[in-house]
Amino acid sequence: MSTQIRLIIPAMTCAGCARKVRAALEPLAGVSEIAIDTAAKTVDLNIDGEDPTAVMMALEQAGYPAEADSGTAPEACRMNDPLPSDHLPVDGMRLAITGATCASCVRSIETALSSVPGVEQASMNLADHSAYVQGAAKPEQLIAAIEAVGYGASVAADDDSLEQERERSEQKLYRRLIRDTWLALGLGAPLMAWMLFGGSMMVHAGGISQLVWLLVGLLTLAVLLVAGGHFFVGAWKAAVHHNANMDTLIAIGTGTAWLYSMVAVLAPGLLPEQARHVYFEASVMIVGFINMGLALELRARGRSGQAIKRLLGLRATTARRVEDDGSEEDVDIALVMTGMRLRVRPGEKIAVDGVVESGSTLVDESMLTGEPMPLSKQAGDMLSAGTINQQGSLVYRATRVGKDTALAQIIALVKKAQGSRPPIGRLADQVSAVFVPVVMLVAIGAALVWFNVGPEPRASYAMVALTTVLIIACPCALGLATPMSVMVGVGKAAESGILIRQGAALQTASELTTIVLDKTGTVTQGKPSVTELFGYADWSRDRVLALAAALENASEHPLAFAVLEAAKERSLAALDVSDFIAENGKGVQANYQGGVARIGNLRWLADLGIDADAATADVAGITEQAGTPLFLTMDKTLIGVIGVRDQIKPDARSAVARMHARGLKVVMITGDVRSTAEAIAKQAGIEEVIAEVLPADKALHVRGLRDKGERVAMVGDGINDAPALAEADVGFAIGTGTDVAIESAGITLMGGSLHGVVDAIAVSSATVRNIRQNLVGAFLYNVLGIPVAAGLLYPLTGMMFSPVIAGLAMSLSSVTVVSNANRLRFFQARPAKEVV
Amino acid sequence: MTNVLVNAAGLAAMMMIVWWFWLWKPSNAANTKAGVIDIRVANGTYSPALIDSPAGQPLTLRVLREDASPCAEYLIVDGLGVNEALPIDRRHDIELPVMQPGEYRFHCQMNMYQGVLRIR
Repeated sequence: MSTQIRLIIPAMTCAGCARKVRAALEPLAGVSEIAIDTAAKTVDLNIDGEDPTAVMMALEQAGYPAEADSGTAPEACRMNDPLPSDHLPVDGMRLAITGATCASCVRSIETALSSVPGVEQASMNLADHSAYVQGAAKPEQLIAAIEAVGYGASVAADDDSLEQERERSEQKLYRRLIRDTWLALGLGAPLMAWMLFGGSMMVHAGGISQLVWLLVGLLTLAVLLVAGGHFFVGAWKAAVHHNANMDTLIAIGTGTAWLYSMVAVLAPGLLPEQARHVYFEASVMIVGFINMGLALELRARGRSGQAIKRLLGLRATTARRVEDDGSEEDVDIALVMTGMRLRVRPGEKIAVDGVVESGSTLVDESMLTGEPMPLSKQAGDMLSAGTINQQGSLVYRATRVGKDTALAQIIALVKKAQGSRPPIGRLADQVSAVFVPVVMLVAIGAALVWFNVGPEPRASYAMVALTTVLIIACPCALGLATPMSVMVGVGKAAESGILIRQGAALQTASELTTIVLDKTGTVTQGKPSVTELFGYADWSRDRVLALAAALENASEHPLAFAVLEAAKERSLAALDVSDFIAENGKGVQANYQGGVARIGNLRWLADLGIDADAATADVAGITEQAGTPLFLTMDKTLIGVIGVRDQIKPDARSAVARMHARGLKVVMITGDVRSTAEAIAKQAGIEEVIAEVLPADKALHVRGLRDKGERVAMVGDGINDAPALAEADVGFAIGTGTDVAIESAGITLMGGSLHGVVDAIAVSSATVRNIRQNLVGAFLYNVLGIPVAAGLLYPLTGMMFSPVIAGLAMSLSSVTVVSNANRLRFFQARPAKEVV
Repeated sequence: MTNVLVNAAGLAAMMMIVWWFWLWKPSNAANTKAGVIDIRVANGTYSPALIDSPAGQPLTLRVLREDASPCAEYLIVDGLGVNEALPIDRRHDIELPVMQPGEYRFHCQMNMYQGVLRIR
């Protein structure tokens, strides 16, 4: 039985909080019909049963305790605030500590750190042997303080060193696998050659062959233990844990072949004469081939992770610190702290996120955002780590360092997304989870069938069937099919400034039918500018603009900014006006040279009885182009009209054309009046417009489209459009720059171009196609390979698969999957001819 | 007689596989009353692979991956949206949210490493 409850959440102050509250509640079992009212700070929901404890605890965990009478008003938060659980310190430094073993060590270390001048707060975590220090102290001082009390310290490892460590470990593993391959094939190949060139593999009791095969058997055992020991250890450990994995199949397969052969050698009397065959060559050849396959797979997988490597490569290793006395020195990037002043010279990478203090330059951010044009940076502008200073020398103050930089967050996000799994791989997951025991049952079943109804030598055939089935079955290909493609696809997208958050978004993006585009900031530039300027009654256009700028100087309206910007561009001298009066919803008036100057809308002019007929044709031209006319009057005379328009992005039309070419329906949604919206839509080539929509109702319209059976993408700025983005099958946050912490969107486009949407869809479709190919290949391989290995073709052809061939096929099957996934690295989301 | 023995052995092995890998219910699980559990990733297994944790409290999996094999690189917890890349030879904390009672499988990307988290 479900119960409806209402909870009051005092800390929920904005749409961002509401999103976090919803994120905390939705995963809970038994919770449904969540309705959040941010203004009233309440959430209504249905729960199974009557006990809301789990709900209350989940909310508390999320940082939003639900208590009816919680008093103090919480601090305001913004939509893109991180969730409390993933909130990272915004300044300070993490140190790796060695030698600490107990609580008293923790106290000593914390005391030592706190005594360093400049340290505001120091805390140590014994669990991961790290200390976190906030304040202005230098790392060298902190390390010295810890060493002085008898412990060791270093700046904690960052992603770079972890990546290098991973590469080192994988290199070591690769070398070991190659060595094992040669060792196993070194024994297996001569034995195979002996067999292929007609040598007998039979044991003759009492003969010299028995002794020779005994020696070969012991040699094989040694090779199996050295080159294949890891399979046996893995199989044993897994078995003890009631698990079975690839090692289990290989260990049982090769072990059975060796044991059978040793029985034939040591006790040939137990087997019929025709069945006294040895399979030592199969055991070692299988081990050799599978080691080779693992080595090739390791190599190929290294290439799959190149996107992350490229992002890591963007990080600077040093920064140039500017001291208070003006001197400069190069310091290791790990030693850079927030608040430090840093210099970046032409051609250098920006070391950490920061704010420009002095200097101006052009900065290439294409490596992060995909935007090809360098951006101008001056005092007060934000800089992002990993971008490149192209021209001038800058001094900037570090605001985010280490794991808090936008680049580090992008790397973390891409890594996380690379490990996520789209629903398409669910069947393979279910199959691979039970695959190994099922294969073992099939292998024993096949062996029994051969033993009971097969031709002589039955024991040999049974043993071959058992071994071949075990060896040919490849759970790896199934297990790798989805994650390898996701890894490469997500990485490929990241290279173009497209951050795909989850595997599910990747899959859904490939199935879309409708794209809903928000107008302002998505189709248009989101920043009105003056596009037309007319003067009447002998007023020049420059004078009209100068007076308009003087009147709008104190206004914060976006249209006023456009006027001021235009006057600034033309370097017009400021006019002297006084006694401002703002008429809400109408305009602004002030005294100028003894008269009353006004700037406002047509309705105001009509109210004042001012004749605007002289501008009728010009105004019609402005409104036809979706512009807004501003009327300028002096006393009762119209002296000018200024057309202000939020222009569409230069490449919006070509991007919309690409959407149409993919068979997608494109809809524009906006709060603007219909005539303006339709004019913009026409310019962009969009056929359907939903106009005059309140911001809160955009999500309803998206839901309406979904209810009609459409698979809908919503493209917006990620902040004002968050509810609609969350409502869509896939939300695209566009033009976020390096602010990537937008969680309402499944896909974040750091660049502002609508082409990014189409690119994301193209990459997603290619990735899902690649996953399908891998899955079909892996399923077909196993579905066909296992019955053939079991001897299904024997009645028709009289042939049986050799276990050695099975080993080769198995080792190549997973390499094939990884190689196919790697093909995605060469995928071009936007062929050159499409770029407009 | 040999036929009977071989068939009996084969059938016994099949029954053993069914029992050992599917029907067997472990009785002694690692307990996480403190809210943190250390998991070692080595030789194709998670140790421990069966973890009991009380409902209504968050849980930290402190994972130490000793296995350089790429198979071990990711740890995925079904139903919680957790997929974490594991560094080699370093402890890595995976914070799990408050969970409803039930069983949550955790495994590697290829489902070869497997474990179960029982929330009670």
